[in-house]
Amino acid sequence: MLESLSAQPILLALIALVGMALLFGALLGFAAVRFEVEGNPLSDQINGILPQTQCGQCGYPGCRPYAEAIAEGDSINKCPPGGEDTIHALADLLDVEPEPLDSEHGVEAEPTVAYIREAECIGCTKCIQACPVDAILGAAKLMHTVIIDECTGCDLCVEPCPVDCIDMIPRKGGIQHWFWPLPSEVRTGDIIATDRESEQVAA
Amino acid sequence: MLGDFAVLLIAAVLVNNFVLVQFLGLCPFMGVSNKLETAIGMSAATTFVLTLASVCSYLTYRYLLEPLDLTYLRTLSFILVIAVVVQFTEMVVRKTSPLLHRVLGVYLPLITTNCAVLGVALLNINQAHNFMESLIYGLGAALGFSLVLVLFAAMRERLVVADVPEPFQGAAIGMITAGLASLAFMGFAGLV
Repeated sequence: MLESLSAQPILLALIALVGMALLFGALLGFAAVRFEVEGNPLSDQINGILPQTQCGQCGYPGCRPYAEAIAEGDSINKCPPGGEDTIHALADLLDVEPEPLDSEHGVEAEPTVAYIREAECIGCTKCIQACPVDAILGAAKLMHTVIIDECTGCDLCVEPCPVDCIDMIPRKGGIQHWFWPLPSEVRTGDIIATDRESEQVAA
Repeated sequence: MLGDFAVLLIAAVLVNNFVLVQFLGLCPFMGVSNKLETAIGMSAATTFVLTLASVCSYLTYRYLLEPLDLTYLRTLSFILVIAVVVQFTEMVVRKTSPLLHRVLGVYLPLITTNCAVLGVALLNINQAHNFMESLIYGLGAALGFSLVLVLFAAMRERLVVADVPEPFQGAAIGMITAGLASLAFMGFAGLV
């Protein structure tokens, strides 16, 4: 058998190559089944960038489903709470052009936090059930309150409240949002010393 | 014995540097050296694949092609081996170490077409390396590639903000810099 093959090197070469290809193909096929990965690792990274407000303004039930949709090719500009920063971070990660926020899904609002007027709260727990991040503390027939650090400002608790005692108030900037106050008014006459002198002379 | 390996390693990393002296793997060298971060990812992935492919090609040659008297098929079969090694590695890494996969990620499949990988495999045969020598040579080639890629990426990051004359901006100044770096590596000739 082998002798007749070596008499025809072209056949031997063909058999060797096809054999190799089959072997490698089988190996890869086996590996594809054996080492199959559930889920898309990219969606984890995308999910890490999204603001985790779980507000659903993108049209998906939360940040994780939206992250999976982006990984599948959905557009990156549907997240109003994240705003420009999130879009740029996503564009950087996915190596696509950043797009302006899609106004269909809302506009980028300044960060807010829910505030429960505690005197009016009747303790119905409806806002607690609505809160996607468990930022509302309280029990039935007891007053509720909001944990400011946990609240993502998603608005979802405002609607269910039967006594309308929840306000969305602007989040007070922390130390990283502080900036020097602008000078209150510019009085041109006072700024340059020589001007002042000439005024005095004129006076 | 160990001394021989050290000499072989240094020779592959510096004296016969694959990119700047033998001019292999220039495509990823120019293509992936724009950002230091990606250059490091590419280097890690290449080191991994180059070493593995070097050994696998040697085994294929020694135990399949030589006994069957089919050594003229080496280029063809090495391409096959490299492609499979890369693909298999990617699958295993993705399953076993998502962290490593995140670092190497997109670069692994790119390496299939890196001619340095095929170059190492063929040079191993030409220089009649044995198993250990193939391993060391592959590792040395990969380390040399990584060294040059990371150095060059760091240089290009500075070139972006440098005041380059308009006709030389972009790829042109990159080419010139690569040429100068290549001249610098000529200085290693005769080291071992």
